[in-house]
Amino acid sequence: MSVETHEAVHRHEPPTSFIRKYIFSLDHKVIGIQYIILALVAVVVGMTMSVLMRMNLSWPGTNWPILATLFPGGAPGGVINPEFYLSLVTMHGTIMVFFVLTTAPQGGFGNYFLPIQIGAEDMAFPVLNMLSFWVTFVGFIVILAAIFFSGSASTIGPIGGWTGYAPLSALGQIAGPGQGMGMNLWIISIAIFCVGSLLGALNFITTLLNMRTRGMSLMRMPLTCWAWFTTAVLALLSFPVLLGGGILLLLDRLAGTSFFIPGGLYVSGILSGTTPSFPVHTGGSPILWQHLFWFFGHPEVYIAILPGMGATSHILSTFARKPVFGYRAMVFAIFAIGLLGFFVWGHHMFISGMSPYSAMTFSILTLSIGVPSAVKTFNWLGTLWGARIRFTTPMLFAIGFVSLFVAGGITGLVLGQTSLDLPMHDTYFVLAHFHLVMGVASIFGMFAATYFWFPKMFGRFMNDALGKIHFWITFVGVYCIFVPMHVMGLVGMPRRYSQFTEYTFLTRLHPLVVFVSIVAIITVLTQFLFYFNLIWSIFKGKKAGPNPWEATTLEWTTASPPPHDNFAGVLPVVYRGPYEFAVPGAPNDFVMQTEPETETERAGGNGHNGHRH
Amino acid sequence: MATTVTGTKPLRKTGFGGGLKGRGPNGNGSPKRNGHRDAFFEARSAANRYRIGMWVAMASILMLFTALSSAYIVRAASANDWQPLHMPRVLLLSTALIVVSSITLEFARRKLKSGERRAHKSLLVLTTLLGLGFLASQLFAWKDLARQGVYVASNPHSSFFYLLTATHGVHLLGGLAGLGFLTLRSGLKTDDELAATKSQAQTDAVSLYWHFMDILWIYLFFLLFFWRQQ
Repeated sequence: MSVETHEAVHRHEPPTSFIRKYIFSLDHKVIGIQYIILALVAVVVGMTMSVLMRMNLSWPGTNWPILATLFPGGAPGGVINPEFYLSLVTMHGTIMVFFVLTTAPQGGFGNYFLPIQIGAEDMAFPVLNMLSFWVTFVGFIVILAAIFFSGSASTIGPIGGWTGYAPLSALGQIAGPGQGMGMNLWIISIAIFCVGSLLGALNFITTLLNMRTRGMSLMRMPLTCWAWFTTAVLALLSFPVLLGGGILLLLDRLAGTSFFIPGGLYVSGILSGTTPSFPVHTGGSPILWQHLFWFFGHPEVYIAILPGMGATSHILSTFARKPVFGYRAMVFAIFAIGLLGFFVWGHHMFISGMSPYSAMTFSILTLSIGVPSAVKTFNWLGTLWGARIRFTTPMLFAIGFVSLFVAGGITGLVLGQTSLDLPMHDTYFVLAHFHLVMGVASIFGMFAATYFWFPKMFGRFMNDALGKIHFWITFVGVYCIFVPMHVMGLVGMPRRYSQFTEYTFLTRLHPLVVFVSIVAIITVLTQFLFYFNLIWSIFKGKKAGPNPWEATTLEWTTASPPPHDNFAGVLPVVYRGPYEFAVPGAPNDFVMQTEPETETERAGGNGHNGHRH
Repeated sequence: MATTVTGTKPLRKTGFGGGLKGRGPNGNGSPKRNGHRDAFFEARSAANRYRIGMWVAMASILMLFTALSSAYIVRAASANDWQPLHMPRVLLLSTALIVVSSITLEFARRKLKSGERRAHKSLLVLTTLLGLGFLASQLFAWKDLARQGVYVASNPHSSFFYLLTATHGVHLLGGLAGLGFLTLRSGLKTDDELAATKSQAQTDAVSLYWHFMDILWIYLFFLLFFWRQQ
């Protein structure tokens, strides 16, 4: 058949050398896995830091001999000192936000599945795709360098937090331990990361606009693709602003400019301009940094969570065996969240002295994000309503995502109001809010995605029993960690303090602090079950066919794992929407997107197409 | 998970009530029967890729300069340490050079369309030289300021001047790389239609970027020297 020969021409043969296949690969699937591995390594570093912080908070002053050996400067005699604690806070936040929550959901799963789900053979610019990973990787190496070369023996990085507020971040060594070389490396790492993310976002947007296969109209795309697309748009427009801010900050530090440094500063007992290490500065605006940072920072939290929302919608529909409730509304809600995300950065700065009128505007816009968020939540519940749910591990994590998104998001309505935010700012209430909604919910979305797509990526299932144990301990664990933190915040416990022994009004909270730490350590240890499951299942997991979950989208029409060019030289043709489950009269309870239309449909025999003829 | 693969049985052609809940066969995309793209489809999408990618990249660069501009405006108003620079006259030459280079590049693009390869190539080379001239002229402006004793840390206006010109210059280097690529490419023979479409798309993308750099410079020039001068 002539079609066969034509297809053979179109086949892309995989590269044969090890380096082109696994290291500098142009295959979006390999690059996706590289991103996921990067996130899996980074998250271990981040979790280790959180355990060290919890140890210090709940058992202050304890001598941990191992710490004395590992960090003779930061924990002299095994007792963690305050600067060391602050550098842990900084590096934990930076590594988690940038190298875990931004890489795995978008760079990892987005890279792997966006082209397959729209029926493309690869990304639009494969070389750019490879570069975006390796640039991100260099960013990670530089942030690790900040740990080892922080310029101070007592810290493992700068002590400015992941927000790196000016002016202390702009002054250099004089502002404290780790604020010298550590801070320089921190800024450079973030700038490199920005470039990597921008290259990735450019690729995602072009791929989605240009590479959809025949019949894959925008409104036939899986919601995952909409989520990745919106995320890419957010990254494209917000990372340049952080990059710009980072350049200004670096110039303040290295070239002696005064973008963010006001005049007449008196720091560490030295007045600006009296020593060579603290040159004279005038007129800079520290608040300017906050504006630039949060203009990026707020979209960034949606960059972290939107892919999780997409995966959750996708997985809920698959295992509820029902179409997503209100597909169109879901698409508009994703866009609305993304759009509003650009106009609410001021709610991070209510205490910066902004005009009450601006604060009110930011507050109203912030609260209005509740509307599309509620649309999404109710549509998820609508999808589950009356369904015969298959409680697989990915389904449990997807339901967990909905639960955590609601639990974490609802306090956003509290913090979005100026009058309530003022007393709660910089307390554990804020900490609990954003960890639940941006950290844990996003990660649950990614756990769901991992368990769901693992059979496609490796041709084998992950172990279900281990997966369910992992789910239940983690699910209960994160609630036990973060619900008490809301209480601590309401009592007035401030963030970023290394210990609370000096504050008598907080001493009665101490048992709660210890409880949180114990649960946190158990939850962290449980994650190694996931790691074990992941590695074990690659080699020993139960074999999976091309469509083990009886799902409908394009990735399930190809082999597991997919061939190098995804569809073995043939591009699929799409005839219908992504979530056609439980279609009345169909022989199976699911209809693949590639299933050609029937005579009845072509004749316009149903209500949907009636108006066409 | 114990679910087994049941596969997808072909749907019956007729006979079930209600039909399928599809968006219909002729949805936006109009699937055809042969399960692969034809050659033309392939080429069109590969060519479009460059144009779309360039628009997306420009959106991102625009955001970078928006961020820096808003920093400029805020910083100018935040304290009274702002000392306006004396504009180095050579910047007028820079501006003229980049405007002319945009025009020559536009002619180069049209020559490619009409198939006049030799003229296309020489106009590309001319544009590249004008671009290099622009960068040299910018460096002279820096030298001029340095001779006046005005450096990056001297005052906020000079900080922004050096920063904005350097950032623009770095982006312009990208444009020069693109022009160099086009010049090298223009020597190759392109008889088949696909390659011609592709090289037209690459030329379009590079010239889009170059015009963007041109307009961006004019904007920066006005922001730096004609906005809020007292």
